[in-house]
Amino acid sequence: MSQATLEIRKISGHAGPAPGAGVERSEQVCKLVDTTTCIGCKACEVACLEWNGYSFSETTFNNSYQTMPETAWNYWNLIKFNEHEREDGALMLLMRKDQCMHCAEPGCLAACPADGAIVQYSNGIVDFQQQNCIGCGYCVSGCPFNIPKFNSTTKKMFKCTLCSDRVSQGLEPACIKSCPTGCLHFGTKDDMLFLAEKRAQQLRENFGLEKAGVYDPPGVGGTGVIYVLHDATNPEAYGGLPKDPQIPWIVQFWKGPAKWIGNLAMLGGIIGVTLHYLRFGPKHVDGWKSRKGGQP
Amino acid sequence: MSVSQVFSPAHTGDDGERILRYTLGERVNHWIGGLTYIYVLITGLAFWSPYMFWLAVLVGGGPAARFWHPWLGLVYAASVFWMYKLWRGDMVITKEDRAWHGAVEHYIRNEDENLPPIWRFNWGQKLFFWLMFYGTILLVLSGCGLWWVESIPWSLRWLRYLSVAVHVIAALATIGGFIIHVYMGTAMVRGGFTSIIRGEVSPAWAKTHHRLWYEQVTKGTNTRE
Repeated sequence: MSQATLEIRKISGHAGPAPGAGVERSEQVCKLVDTTTCIGCKACEVACLEWNGYSFSETTFNNSYQTMPETAWNYWNLIKFNEHEREDGALMLLMRKDQCMHCAEPGCLAACPADGAIVQYSNGIVDFQQQNCIGCGYCVSGCPFNIPKFNSTTKKMFKCTLCSDRVSQGLEPACIKSCPTGCLHFGTKDDMLFLAEKRAQQLRENFGLEKAGVYDPPGVGGTGVIYVLHDATNPEAYGGLPKDPQIPWIVQFWKGPAKWIGNLAMLGGIIGVTLHYLRFGPKHVDGWKSRKGGQP
Repeated sequence: MSVSQVFSPAHTGDDGERILRYTLGERVNHWIGGLTYIYVLITGLAFWSPYMFWLAVLVGGGPAARFWHPWLGLVYAASVFWMYKLWRGDMVITKEDRAWHGAVEHYIRNEDENLPPIWRFNWGQKLFFWLMFYGTILLVLSGCGLWWVESIPWSLRWLRYLSVAVHVIAALATIGGFIIHVYMGTAMVRGGFTSIIRGEVSPAWAKTHHRLWYEQVTKGTNTRE
């Protein structure tokens, strides 16, 4: 893996291109989560808290194994438990490790207005830079996976870093290291996709799971976290994993054409009133004759 | 030399007779609204485009701008609602306004002698007032959606996106009105800026721009129609 200082590919809220982007080609890193071998032990949750220095959060009980409804600013990695009835009537307990997906085209980064508050490294990791974050919450609107969370004390946004600090030193993310079943893998995107497809094929051919497949949604350019699902046609069953996630079209329009339309309109207004003044001038009443037709 | 003479524009050249156009309360209200609008405009433009993010530096940096933008937005909104209370009667569009609107090209060309007489505010001022009033309602509602975006449940996330869209559209509409308002109030209609500072206009100014209002206030009658 990348042992170099992480280079930046994309910067949020930046006027102009990201300096040095694309100078060096780098392997894309990827987490592979095989939901078919996850036992819901939450070792990855604990490892994430341990490595990042957070304490365990208070749990809520809702008649399931679900410890809390969703990730939090200080709880970046959460197993989503879902009881699911198969077509043949068999009950399945679906368990999916939920965290930032590290999209190739990140909606949070597109929506962010603060220069450098969100960066995408050349290895594909999307990371928040809290020293540049202004706490506006636009990333919440941009994310198709409902991941960025606000710390109301520091007024900064937080999410999974894909252990960019560990990865930059050649270590695997903390969650991967802790997994006892081998359901979590970490490597290059190409290798993880190969492994995932192989596992999905095994599930289809040897386990009777005809709909088994890999979740790597193209709507966000593919993700840095991919899943093997028992039923890839129904990702929603896994705690609301969106079927075709995309940056919301309003956010895309807002950060795209609306910017130009709005800026041209504002500029047009300023030019318009200036031209009016040059052509017709002011309206004088007191002690001045009102001048007609703009002639001096 | 009295204060009002100091503030009188040099080109008035009359005997100093003055008509009260805006009470102190109206002026204070206008400037609370005006100054807070300028603040939310500067900070809002900083959040709008990376090429204008430097504007946030002028007001203490991005986090400070983000912290104060909604609060001063609320102060601005309060001033607009107060303004609505003060002026809504004067801002009703009348048949005189429609006649004036029909001849608006004379106003644009500074041929004011060809315009029909009107009351306290002209059609354009009224249009601006209602634009800001309804625009501000939309900005407050959508602003709350942006402020507490995480409180909008994921199942209602369309509200998050709607807040973004409405806030942008309403902001751009008010900015358009604001550009024209500032231009007309300072550069174009001489005497207008003094009137919102000191509250007074000359009889000639009142007769030229708001003849029906002038007759109303000088005769001391309250009949409108």
